Amino acid sequence: MLLSDIKKPGKHLIKAINGTGTIRLLEMGLTPGMGIEVIRTAPLGYPIEIKVRGYMLSLREEEATCIELD
Amino acid sequence: MIQKSLNIALVGNPNTGKSTLFNALTGLRQKIGNYPGVTVERKTGSAEIDGVTHTIIDLPGTYSLNPKTLDEKIAFESLIGSNPADPIPDLVLVILDASNLERNLYLASQVLDLGLPALVIMNMMDVAEDRGTKINALQLSRKLGAPVLPLIAKNDKEVQKVKEAISNHTLIAPQRFRWNPSEELKKAINLIDDEFLKPHTKLPEYSHKIEALRLLSNEQASDTYRLHPSKNDLVKSITRARRILDDSRKNWMAEEVLSRYQFIGDISTESTEKSEPRLTKTDHIDKVVTHKVFGPVIFVLVLLVMFQSIFTWAEPIMDLIDWAFIHLGDWVANAMPEGMLNDLIVEGIIAGLGGVIIFLPQIMFLFFFISILESTGYMARAAFVMDGFMNRIGLHGRSVVPLMSGFACAVPGIMATRTIENWRDRLITMMVLPFMACSARLPVYALMIAAFVPSKTVLGFIPLQGLTFFGLYLFGIVMAIFSAWIMKKIFKTDKSSPFIMELPSYKMPNWKLVFHNMFERGWIFVSEAGKVIMAISIVLWFLASFPKYDVTQHPIPDGETLQSVQLRNSFAGQVGQLIEPVVKPLGFDWKIGIGLITSFAAREVMVGTLNTIYSIEDDGGENLGLKQKLISDKDSSGKPVYTALTALSLMVFFALAMQCMSTLAIVKRETNSWQWPAVMFVYMTSVAYLSSLLLYQLGTALGY
Repeated sequence: MLLSDIKKPGKHLIKAINGTGTIRLLEMGLTPGMGIEVIRTAPLGYPIEIKVRGYMLSLREEEATCIELD
Repeated sequence: MIQKSLNIALVGNPNTGKSTLFNALTGLRQKIGNYPGVTVERKTGSAEIDGVTHTIIDLPGTYSLNPKTLDEKIAFESLIGSNPADPIPDLVLVILDASNLERNLYLASQVLDLGLPALVIMNMMDVAEDRGTKINALQLSRKLGAPVLPLIAKNDKEVQKVKEAISNHTLIAPQRFRWNPSEELKKAINLIDDEFLKPHTKLPEYSHKIEALRLLSNEQASDTYRLHPSKNDLVKSITRARRILDDSRKNWMAEEVLSRYQFIGDISTESTEKSEPRLTKTDHIDKVVTHKVFGPVIFVLVLLVMFQSIFTWAEPIMDLIDWAFIHLGDWVANAMPEGMLNDLIVEGIIAGLGGVIIFLPQIMFLFFFISILESTGYMARAAFVMDGFMNRIGLHGRSVVPLMSGFACAVPGIMATRTIENWRDRLITMMVLPFMACSARLPVYALMIAAFVPSKTVLGFIPLQGLTFFGLYLFGIVMAIFSAWIMKKIFKTDKSSPFIMELPSYKMPNWKLVFHNMFERGWIFVSEAGKVIMAISIVLWFLASFPKYDVTQHPIPDGETLQSVQLRNSFAGQVGQLIEPVVKPLGFDWKIGIGLITSFAAREVMVGTLNTIYSIEDDGGENLGLKQKLISDKDSSGKPVYTALTALSLMVFFALAMQCMSTLAIVKRETNSWQWPAVMFVYMTSVAYLSSLLLYQLGTALGY
């Protein structure tokens, strides 16, 4: 399951970060095994707001598809 | 106690209160410029601590020492001592947001690994406590191997603590490496170090490991050495080192990050106590502010209040500046003996200076509001709410505020694009922004519509004149969107910098910072763009005033004034007449040609120029005389010069053409090169020419 498949708020665990050029996602603390919470989506469905390591992060669809969840 | 003068670098994630601390340490002893050749602002200042003056360098905010953006690259290069603009730091202050400790510790652990003397400043302790997080600074300091200072930087008194900590610093570098690279990675790093960095660069010893790691993991990193004589050796070394790593079949790219977060997770559990997470004020506010329906509504309301205030506050001050400079000019003109020097000072220098100062109210009010939106954290929410719309036309949510500012004036709007982090988004926003119908176009639209658009209604109730006005505004927006869409196709996305944006917690506006930013932006405009604007003003004045028309040799023709013959025979007038064949297909004659030349100073100058050419004495701004003259003007064959179609063609040209030296000057300042203003000028003016040509030729063919 990918983060981009999630449409509703809720908590999930990160399984893996896929794709090239995604080191920055890891550097922002989105490491495998970490818990994240989907908070909400913006008016047109994207970006998506998540909570990770106690802070809020906004991701576009492209980044959300790189995040694989358990 | 430290006796010698130090170079102290400030480094930290964005939104950590780094600017607040920099301002508190340096006060007004600051210098702002650009790093050579790039668009990143360089901020330095000095701070006196116990009688010793230290240099403070405020490095751009960065999330990691594996740089992804231009700002981050500059911060990285300055820290490792490969940036010739900055000295190698003697001491690094790493600023953390205590309420977001883990992610902030990531950068801190990288900086500490450099092996430079460092002081970790844990800012926003109050926010962390609000969230129920208690941090044991002593324990953290022990684990990190560097002194840690808890701080609330927004409290003025707390800056004294930082000064004491600097003064008492041992300047001993912390122990190295807070993560353990695998054997293969160590081998690869040493290979690049031994084959390239040691023999071929003058980089300080401490930075070799981290630079080798960057060269390994970042595809663009070797660009730094593209002019280096041993560049080919470097490429070979990187290839060999990568082969070692690929053979190991480990995900070595992620190795550093995962290893560091392992370390961070451990020390964070050991040095913090967290109570049950609860909903914070930020969570409650965000439920409304980023709501699917209320979010956009609130954003529109914020924009309305902001621009209405700028309009009502800036307008009277701008009128006052205008009035003051006219009177200053009159006074100087009368006080000095007549002649060329008098003309130069009054019409060239004083008028040019007035043309610079007039922008200040709008720039300062806009930055007053933008700084409030930024420092409270609302700007990121506005970007979040608008990003879905803006992404579709190739822009970022953060482009909305600068673009809307363009309706008042492109100059402050272009300065406001600095809030857009991604360089490509910032550039595209800047390039399309001048299509927004700014207030300087209004006098031209008003004149042409009043003279040539009949005051009747469409469909029985919509006034045609108002509709034309609205259409011109809409036309500008459509052209901006269209251009952004085209440029999105031309400038490829840089894959290595993903669009991720932090939504920082809400804070009360930091008024000191707000006023500081407001005056800082005003000063940057006057001192940097102002120079260019002054120079072009004087050139334009010269072109419109020389060669002098000699009344003793040639009498003034009937129905003309000295001013009108002077302008017509000046260089500007000659060029205007010379370009008539070029503008004829758009429906313009030489008089408009002259207007197009002079209105490069500012679009509204067009009306004044037409007044002069038609020898109309000032009639108090109503332009009744000019309107009549335009309507009744006939060419040599007796046909009217201006028709509704000419007027429309002229308005379309004004809507699209780049006729504003101040905009070009500020684009030069913000992009730090003449390339982008040149591209902007050519692009916009070509689009304008082709659109007017198409409109006029099509209209003529259809018999209008």
